[in-house]
Amino acid sequence: MTFLRNILLASVLAGCATTDGDPRDPFEGFNRGVYKFNETVDKAIAKPVATAYRDLLHEEIRSRVRNFFSNIADLFIGVNNLLQGKFQDGVEDWARFAFNSTIGLFGIHDVASDMGIEKHDEDFGQTFGRWGVGDGPYIVLPILGPSTLRDSVGKAFDLYTDPVSDFRPIRLRNSAIALRLVNVRADLLDAGRILEEAALDKYVFLRDAYLQRRRSLIYDGRPPREEREPQEPVKEKSSAAPVNVDPAIDVDNVYLPRTPKNYEAVMAAQHATHR
Amino acid sequence: MRPIAKALLCFCTAFFLGAVQAQELSPDLLVKNVTLEVVELIAKDREIRGNRNKLIQLIDEKVLPHFNFSAMTALAMGQSWHKANAEQKKRLTEEFKTLLVRTYASALAAFSEQKLDFRPLRAKPTDTDVTVNVRVLQPGAQPVPIDYSMEKTAAGWKVYDVMVGGVSLVANYRTEFNNTVRESGIDGLIKTLSAKNRSLEAASGAQQK
Repeated sequence: MTFLRNILLASVLAGCATTDGDPRDPFEGFNRGVYKFNETVDKAIAKPVATAYRDLLHEEIRSRVRNFFSNIADLFIGVNNLLQGKFQDGVEDWARFAFNSTIGLFGIHDVASDMGIEKHDEDFGQTFGRWGVGDGPYIVLPILGPSTLRDSVGKAFDLYTDPVSDFRPIRLRNSAIALRLVNVRADLLDAGRILEEAALDKYVFLRDAYLQRRRSLIYDGRPPREEREPQEPVKEKSSAAPVNVDPAIDVDNVYLPRTPKNYEAVMAAQHATHR
Repeated sequence: MRPIAKALLCFCTAFFLGAVQAQELSPDLLVKNVTLEVVELIAKDREIRGNRNKLIQLIDEKVLPHFNFSAMTALAMGQSWHKANAEQKKRLTEEFKTLLVRTYASALAAFSEQKLDFRPLRAKPTDTDVTVNVRVLQPGAQPVPIDYSMEKTAAGWKVYDVMVGGVSLVANYRTEFNNTVRESGIDGLIKTLSAKNRSLEAASGAQQK
């Protein structure tokens, strides 16, 4: 344990050097330290174990494990949907639980999805968000990874209400929790590789993706129009730039149709220069 | 002489008809056709998954023509885009394109024949800027939405952003790009991107040996 503590300390101190002053991330120095610690632990333990798990067990078996824990989670996903006032979704979650626990043999078969009752993704962090609680500062939690102040509190509720933590005897509970963690990590192996490849600065890439993802989840994939950041430029008068498409487009708002007025001209100019 | 001219005429007509058809294709159909074609090609060719260069070639041929990379780069750069001159813009677009294609190839390699659900397009026929929704269904997990933001251009519909699970690929680069530009300027960003691309190329080259 002292070994772990030393890494944590060393990396937190090392991380304090750099910050880019993002208003959503006031503790960036500290967060980068924890991020580094997590990465070290992941590289040393979690990733090798998850890789072995994936290589040793066939996808059939892994999907049974995934379904089993996913089924247990549906209970409180339902609770959260009810807390958010989404009664139909909540009832669906419990119907899933009922079908999968019985016909699906303790949840190892996701028969409900085959019947067309779709899985939802809810947790207490999202419920608080739906109730109007803001993100709060971005926080990287040890081991658990990216979070925000609101989502950390939500996570505490999630863990407190986690049915798996009621498994007895204790050894069974611990094994179940470990198995669930390994399974989750194994499912993220591909994503981790893509992150390695895609990101210039993995910390920033993961943070921004997390914040975008949570926002989308809170509004079930349809987040409202976000206020434009004040430093965003007002639309440039298109005199110089031949390649345009108005970079000041609300990227967060792309699902609302938008008609760029200068589009034909811009495309014509672009083709003239490229061809 | 006659048959050749006739053949040529036929060819030209076919070509133009094809071109017209390609333009008239509605955005949701376009996404569906291209996606299904790519998925089928990957399913058919066992070896392609492990062969990064072959995957990239496939993407180059089938997918890239439907993307507007200068718009994507402009969106990812945000306000910094205006600080770049024409030459820099060209290089940025080129490097960003290489990076995105490589990332896309990784994602495709990881794709394991999940079911796809192509959602009906919710837009008026006159709209020139739409989102096409596709969902990847998987047992035991919430479906992952993939949203293509597309714009109608003279050359047909072009994708200018892809959102996976609510995360805009293009917006996700903005902070990184702005940080780099602030620290080392536009040229610094070009350098960082091309270094990243070269190191990825070297890594995948080493893997294939």
